[in-house]
Amino acid sequence: MTTTDELRELARKCRVHIVNMVHRAQAGHPGGSLSEIDLLAALYKTTLRVRPDEPNWEDRDRFILSKGHASPGMYAILAEMGFISVDDLASYRVLGGVCQGHVDMKWCPGVDFSAGSLGMGLSFGMGSAIAGRLAASERQVYVMLGDGEIQEGSVWEAAMAAAHHELGNLNVILDRNRIQNDDFCEVQMRMFDIPAKWKAFGWNVKEIDGHNMEEVVDGLNFLKTTNDGPSILIAHTVKGHGVSFMADNPAFHGAAPNDEQYAQAMAELGEVVA
Amino acid sequence: MSKMAATRDGYGEALLELADNPKVVVLEADLGKSTKSLHFRKAHPERTVSCGIGEQNMLLVGAGLAASGYIPFASTFAIFTERAFEQMRNGVARPNLAVHVCGSHGGTHTGTDGSSAQSIEDLAIYRTLPNVIVMHPSDVISTKILTMQLAASGSPSYTRTARNKTPVLYEGRESEIHIGKGITLREGSDVAIVACGVMVSQSLEAAEALAAEGINATVVDMHTLKPLDGELIDRLVATCGAIVTAEDHSVIGGLGGAVAEHLTANTFAPLERVGVQDRFGESGQADEMLDVMKISAPFIADAAKRAIARKG
Repeated sequence: MTTTDELRELARKCRVHIVNMVHRAQAGHPGGSLSEIDLLAALYKTTLRVRPDEPNWEDRDRFILSKGHASPGMYAILAEMGFISVDDLASYRVLGGVCQGHVDMKWCPGVDFSAGSLGMGLSFGMGSAIAGRLAASERQVYVMLGDGEIQEGSVWEAAMAAAHHELGNLNVILDRNRIQNDDFCEVQMRMFDIPAKWKAFGWNVKEIDGHNMEEVVDGLNFLKTTNDGPSILIAHTVKGHGVSFMADNPAFHGAAPNDEQYAQAMAELGEVVA
Repeated sequence: MSKMAATRDGYGEALLELADNPKVVVLEADLGKSTKSLHFRKAHPERTVSCGIGEQNMLLVGAGLAASGYIPFASTFAIFTERAFEQMRNGVARPNLAVHVCGSHGGTHTGTDGSSAQSIEDLAIYRTLPNVIVMHPSDVISTKILTMQLAASGSPSYTRTARNKTPVLYEGRESEIHIGKGITLREGSDVAIVACGVMVSQSLEAAEALAAEGINATVVDMHTLKPLDGELIDRLVATCGAIVTAEDHSVIGGLGGAVAEHLTANTFAPLERVGVQDRFGESGQADEMLDVMKISAPFIADAAKRAIARKG
């Protein structure tokens, strides 16, 4: 059993990978990677039934990163879990690299969905969940959505259909980091009562602090054990969490730190840069 | 008068035949009665997924199923598949997941529903996507055979079917039908008419009229637009020296576009493209629409004469 202290340390290591990747590439999306990473660390370590040495194991749980631009977060946890090597992380956004700009199932072991265009992952997850049901499998499907992403209308087509089909094996983790590409969500498109919307669509809903590891573990357990219909865990997070100048700062949705900022970030994350 | 049937019925029959394969799943977007997937639904409700009126979701549900080893067939009207084009591009074609999309009610031949329902650009847009097979069969039998072959293809696909009845052409000729291989229905050495869908029977009619004037035309059913049967086109250039394409689709980017692309990169021959001339349709009966759009048999015959006149 992994302790929450161990999960926090795992997430810290992943944060270091994230900042390293984005700094090295001088491009990419650190903000949403840093907001999601506590959730991903706990998901992979405590919940997902996957086999790093057999990534295409047919009966694995599926994880679908629908907000595929937050790929550094996923690559970081895939490396820590052993799906890819830590050296592979240097291939982020590099020609021929397994770590494509947006997560891609054709390029990277452990990636179940080729993302990059928002609003698509939940529908794909619904298909994966129906496949699990047809196969009479116990497998669960987890889809991570961004909060800005649910402005895409097709998300709600999928939300309605998943509840209609009572897909108890379909689970969403919503990274509610309150910032999207151009600005705060409240500026770009107000979303009003998000939990009420999902409830009205027929989903089981739970809200947590997405950086409180005890709550995260508890929330993932809620997803795994609530199977009378689709369920969503709304995780309140801070975009750029863990790096002071990125935190809650729309400028670091899709921008890389310079060398000075990089050194500061590493220091804040407890890493000594040679 | 030859026997008549709608190609969409061939799609419905194919799904029923494919049902023995437990991996085959059918997806609907509230138009199963029209696209003819309803027969599968009645027989196999447990393997039929209603996606409501939500085509974008439907295509990606298909992608999720395909990624988990299933063989999804998703249908709606041709025009409504287009609103899910980006899902088809990014979620199906790009990861090369074998989702089979059928767009029924394609072309102006759809008739009285009017211009909003008459897809005239579907073949063009899907043809631009890597990995995707694009087909527009001409009769009920070939639609059934080609749809059944898709299940084993391993590639994503788009197939256009038609709402209204067209002549049955392939009774007893089932073995000649293969994805990616054009079928020569009539041989002549003056001009080759390459057609798809409802325009194949119009082209045969045009060839009859031309024969009465002493002009011998080859007629090819090019049911598969992608991958295009380039070898057959090359042979037609060699034997006839002039080509006419005929389609109930925009002259931009469809069969005419595909053949033009092939000719410019290979052996040249004069080409006349019969199709919808960069305009939208309107309400009218199916046969009236072919005349209004200037794509019915007489217009094909005229195009054939123009092509012959342009031979060097």
